[in-house]
Amino acid sequence: MTDKIPVTVLTGYLGAGKTTLLNRILSEPHGQKYAVIVNEFGEIGIDNELVVGADEEIFEMNNGCICCTVRGDLIRIIDGLMRRKGKFDAIIVETTGLADPAPVAQTFFVDDAVGQKAKLDAVVTVADAKWLKDRLRDAPEAKNQIAFADVILLNKTDLVSDGDIREVEARIRGINPYAKIHKTERCAIPLPEVLGRNAFDLDRILDIEPEFLGGDDHHHDHDHDHRHDHDGHHHHHHDGLKHYHDEEMQSLWIKTDKPLDPDKFFPWVQDLVAKDGPNILRSKGILAFKDDPDRFVFQGVHMILDGDHQRPWKDDEPRESRIVFIGRNLPEEKIREGFAGCAA
Amino acid sequence: MSDVRTDTASVADRIRPVSTGGPVVAVHFLGAIPVFVLGEEALAFAPRDAAVRTVSVHGGAILAAAADASRIVTGGDDGKVIATDAAGTTTAIATDAKRRWIDRVAAGPDGAVAWAAGKQAFVRTGKGEQRVCEVPSSVGGLAFAPKGFRLAIAHYNGALLWFPNAQAAPERLEWKGSHLGVTFSPDGRFLVTAMQEPTLHGWRLVDSKHMRMSGYAAKVRSMSWSAGGKWLATSGSDQLILWPFQAKDGPMGKSPQLLAPAGHKVAIVACHPKQDVVGVGYEDGLLLLVRIDDGAEIIAKRAGTAAVAAVAWSADGSMLAFGCEDGEAGVIEL
Repeated sequence: MTDKIPVTVLTGYLGAGKTTLLNRILSEPHGQKYAVIVNEFGEIGIDNELVVGADEEIFEMNNGCICCTVRGDLIRIIDGLMRRKGKFDAIIVETTGLADPAPVAQTFFVDDAVGQKAKLDAVVTVADAKWLKDRLRDAPEAKNQIAFADVILLNKTDLVSDGDIREVEARIRGINPYAKIHKTERCAIPLPEVLGRNAFDLDRILDIEPEFLGGDDHHHDHDHDHRHDHDGHHHHHHDGLKHYHDEEMQSLWIKTDKPLDPDKFFPWVQDLVAKDGPNILRSKGILAFKDDPDRFVFQGVHMILDGDHQRPWKDDEPRESRIVFIGRNLPEEKIREGFAGCAA
Repeated sequence: MSDVRTDTASVADRIRPVSTGGPVVAVHFLGAIPVFVLGEEALAFAPRDAAVRTVSVHGGAILAAAADASRIVTGGDDGKVIATDAAGTTTAIATDAKRRWIDRVAAGPDGAVAWAAGKQAFVRTGKGEQRVCEVPSSVGGLAFAPKGFRLAIAHYNGALLWFPNAQAAPERLEWKGSHLGVTFSPDGRFLVTAMQEPTLHGWRLVDSKHMRMSGYAAKVRSMSWSAGGKWLATSGSDQLILWPFQAKDGPMGKSPQLLAPAGHKVAIVACHPKQDVVGVGYEDGLLLLVRIDDGAEIIAKRAGTAAVAAVAWSADGSMLAFGCEDGEAGVIEL
C-alpha cells in the first residue's frame, strides 16, 4: 500500500521555534493540506479545521519491554482523522517541548491500525542556536530530541555569531552525525527540506555515512580510534573545526567488508536491542549477507526493529555492511565485538 | 488471496446494493430500515421501497455510533452528541463546551445516552439529567450493563463501574495496560475489554477474578455476543474467534473455538439475534455467515476492494446489512 498518509513529527525544546515552523507550513502556498496535531491550542495563528489538540498520554505496552511505549492519544486521533481521508495530504504531530520523540515514533510501528493507514516520515527537531548548548547540559529532553532527529533546524542563527553557530553545530554532530542540519532564521526554510523526507522508509536507506561539518569534503574514515582523550572533551579536527564527543549520548558507526551470516546477525541484534534497547534511540543498517544477492536494510527505534531485503547489490558497489547506533552510554566494545562475531 | 470458496453456498446474488455516498463506519437497524453511518457528516437511510435518504448529523467526522431499538446516537469531531430516530429527526443531546472530540458513545436503558470526551464520561438519563464521571485517563470504551442503570468505562490500567444515579465512587477494576472496547456479557456476570495489545481481558464481576484471552494476531476491534450470551465472537485473527461463556466460570481455562479461516484478517463480527450464526466480515471485503454448531459457511458477499467495516442484523434476524471502507454497502433479506 503506497497511499499511507505521511506523518512528520515536530519536536524541539521550549521556545526553539516549533510554532513558527508550524505556522509557516500552514500558511505558505504549497498546494498541500495538512492535518496538525498540536499539544496546545491557541498558539497556531491559522484557522484550520484540521488542527486537533492532543493531551499526551503515554501507554506502556504489556509485552515485557519497558521502553515500548505508545501515544494512546495519537492512536485515537489518527483513527479519527482517517475518517476524513481525502481532506488532507499529510499529518504533522507537534510534541511538547519536553517530550521524548520515541513514544510517538513507536506508535507507528506498534499499533497495527495506525501502521496500516499512516507512516512515519521524519522526526524534525527545531533547536535554538543560542540556547541549545545550555540545554544539552541541563535538559535530557533536548538531548533526546537532537539524538532522535532526522532533520534539525538550527534556528535563530541571526542571534548568535558565526563562531557560536559552528560551536553548536559541532555539539549536535557529537551526538547525531546523521541528521540533516539546516541553519535558519525564524524557521525560514523551503518546506521540502522538512516534509516528505521518507526518513523511515527502508527503500530510502541509501547511505549511512556520518556527516561532518560543512566544507570538509574529503573522505573521513570514522573507524578511527575513539579512545581519544576524553578529559579535554574535544580534539581538534584536521581543518581546525572542533569535534566534540558527548559524554552521555553518542553514535557508533561500524563497517565491515566481511560477509555476514544472517543466522548469527539476527539473534545478535535482537538480543542487543532486547538488553540495551532502552539506551539505543535509533539504529540503522545496510547488510551484506553471505551468498545473498540482495542488500538487507534495517532500522530501529529502541527495541523495535524493522528490516527487509531492499534491492540487489550493484556490480560497482562495494559489498560492505554498515550499522549505526545512536544512544546513551552505548557499550561500544561489546557492540563492536558482537558485530564482528556475525561474520560468516 | 483469491476467493477459494467456490463450492460454498452463497446468498450474494440477493444483495440489494445501497449507494451510501461515502465510506461506511457503522450500520444499525431502526425497525426494518437499515441506517448506514458514514465516516463524515451523515447517516444514510436505506428503506426497501424508497430511495436512499441522507440525514446530516455532524459538521465533520463521525467518530462513534451506537443504537437502541428506536434511535442511533453518534459522536463527532464537532464536539456534538446527536440522536437520530427512524423518521430521520435529529436531536442534539449535548455539545462539548470545549468542542472536544466525542469518540465514544453508548445507548442505555430508557433512552439514556453515554459519551466520552477526553478524561470525562457523561451520562444523560432519559429524563434529561446529566452526570459526569472523572476518569484517570482518556476513556477507551463505554458500555451500559444489561440490567440496572450502570455504565462500564474502560481506560488505561483498568475499568470503572459507575452507577450514575448513586453518590458512591465508581468501583475500580484494575489491570495494567490500555483498555479500549468494553462489553458486558448479556447475563451481566462478566465484563470484557479489548486491549491495545492483541488480547482481551475479562473480569468475573462477582469476585473480580481475572480472565486473559490471548493469542490474537491483531488488536481486537470488534466483539459481539451470540444469542443468549453463549459465545463471545471477536475479530483480531484470520479466523472467527469464539470464546465459550456457557459455563459458570466463563472461558476460564478453556480454549476458544476457531471457525471460518480465510487468507485475510477478520475485521468485524455481528451475531444473529436469535440463532447461533455470526456475520463475519474480512479485510478483503469477504462477508461470511458462519454457523457456530458445525462451522458451516454461506457467502453473503464476495471479496471486494476494501475491508468490511460494518455489519448488522435486524432485530428479528431476517435482514443483514453491511458496509465497507470504500463505501460499498448493501442489504440482504434472508
